[in-house]
Amino acid sequence: MSAAATHTGVRVEGLGKRYGQTRVLDDLDLEIRPGEFVALLGRSGSGKTTLLRTLAGLDPVEDGAVVVPRQVAVVFQEARLLPWKRVRDNVMLGLDGADARDRAEAALEEVGLAHRLDAWPLTLSGGEAQRVGIARALVRSPELLMLDEPFASLDALTRLRMHAMVDALWQKHRCAVLLVTHDVDEALTLGDRAVVLDRGRIRTTLPLTMQRPRRHDDPGFSAARRSLLAALDVHEAA
Amino acid sequence: MLDRVSSLPPARARAAPAVRDARRARVGALRRMVSPLLILVLWQAASWSGLVSPQTLASPLAILATATDLTRSGVLPHNLLVSLVRAGSGLAIAIAGGVVLALIAGLSRLGEDAIDAPMQMLRTLPALALVPLFILWFGIGETPKVALVALGAMIPIYLNLFKGIRAIDPKLLEMGRTLGLSQGQMIRQIVLPGALPDLLTGLRFSVGISWLMLVVAEQVNASSGIGHMMMDAQDFLRTDIILVGLLVYALLGLLSDQVVRWLERTLLAWRPAARVSA
Ligand SMILES: Nc1ncnc2c1ncn2[C@@H]1O[C@H](COP(=O)(O)OP(=O)(O)OP(=O)(O)O)[C@@H](O)[C@H]1O
Ligand SMILES: [Mg+2]
Repeated sequence: MSAAATHTGVRVEGLGKRYGQTRVLDDLDLEIRPGEFVALLGRSGSGKTTLLRTLAGLDPVEDGAVVVPRQVAVVFQEARLLPWKRVRDNVMLGLDGADARDRAEAALEEVGLAHRLDAWPLTLSGGEAQRVGIARALVRSPELLMLDEPFASLDALTRLRMHAMVDALWQKHRCAVLLVTHDVDEALTLGDRAVVLDRGRIRTTLPLTMQRPRRHDDPGFSAARRSLLAALDVHEAA
Repeated sequence: MLDRVSSLPPARARAAPAVRDARRARVGALRRMVSPLLILVLWQAASWSGLVSPQTLASPLAILATATDLTRSGVLPHNLLVSLVRAGSGLAIAIAGGVVLALIAGLSRLGEDAIDAPMQMLRTLPALALVPLFILWFGIGETPKVALVALGAMIPIYLNLFKGIRAIDPKLLEMGRTLGLSQGQMIRQIVLPGALPDLLTGLRFSVGISWLMLVVAEQVNASSGIGHMMMDAQDFLRTDIILVGLLVYALLGLLSDQVVRWLERTLLAWRPAARVSA
């Protein structure tokens, strides 16, 4: 059952999900504290998207219990903007209230797109489109923000800029975040905690305690990197 | 100094092809006008020389004179208005009916089962073959003519919009759900705008079919309208009036097509292709 909680974190207990004969999620437990940033990793096909869709209410909870906050926002790998609405109107979608327009414009300014308010989505670059998606999520002041490989299709430099931006936005909004990623450095740069999904459960939980803003030459960074890679079955030559 | 001079040629080289292209396009347009004009001249010459009698084919100048007369006397404007009202009301009914049916069929499985099969059957029926039946049912007033236009024009609207609604990217609908849109908001913000390109394609076909239906309906039985004006002229061997009617039909077809194109350009401005051609 999914229900609104008194606290604004996430609690998943014994979540199960099967497609036909294959068990994708099997007795999965996960807790995200209010305002906590959790990076979710795992092999392709391990069920990360399935978990995220269940938390977003897009897939039903078949087994177990899920508690999520009332305000949940999702950013998908593709920005999923409506091509027939200008950038501002995409962010305003479903908002009501007289200040909807101002809020949308403020959110777009936060992601550095104040100059593209009236642009058509099909004219945006990949990074810009993804930033509109993030603005559209943030404008709803979510208590839980979920991102499914949001930067996977961006070039390395743009991705680094997006990390800095997401970090800054999270410091400001302080919502709980669940970030699905294949990028170990992304997880290490942004997460309070990295969790690895494997054979239907969270098999590894790695607290990330390095000081923010995170630096790649931090000694804690490379130690955490090694542990995380080991949890993902990638063993670097020592 | 030398640097600045040497930087000039590339700039001019960039501007030149654009100018040349524009000139070539204008010359091309002029060249395309040559053969139609030549045909007109030959046609006029054939009429003057007596090679072609006015009972077979009126001369271009005679057609022009007749068109002026018919306009001055009010015969042409009156018949044109009658025809426009018939086509317009038939098309309006077709759009309203086609959109409603496509929405019902496109948004629910039950609606699809109920509506799509009969519509697909109707599609295979040549609408013009219904003329005798419509006259029996509706008599010889305005109703059978408007009904014929409405029925013929509704089919492409329905077919294209239904296809468009079913082709909406499910990822966008899912996104709408995560944003908490209501059913009505989903239809207004996502489904209808997403299917609009297909609706306009359907409209383009519908407009063409409307004129076709109108021509037949007005020539089979009518006491007014462009088609009636032409049938009347046939009894008096007035090929000039018949050709004026043909000219009016051609202009109406051309004009309505331009209107739909303009609608597409303005309503679909978000599409990169539409932006380039605009
Ligand atoms: N609708 C579905 N029907 C059948 N199987 C599905 C469906 N959706 C997902 N699966 C299967 O469930 C498993 C988990 O899929 P999921 O998309 O959650 O993986 P993922 O961890 O997000 O992978 P990736 O990193 O490649 O995005 C996969 O084996 C996939 O084939
Ligand atoms: Mg996935």
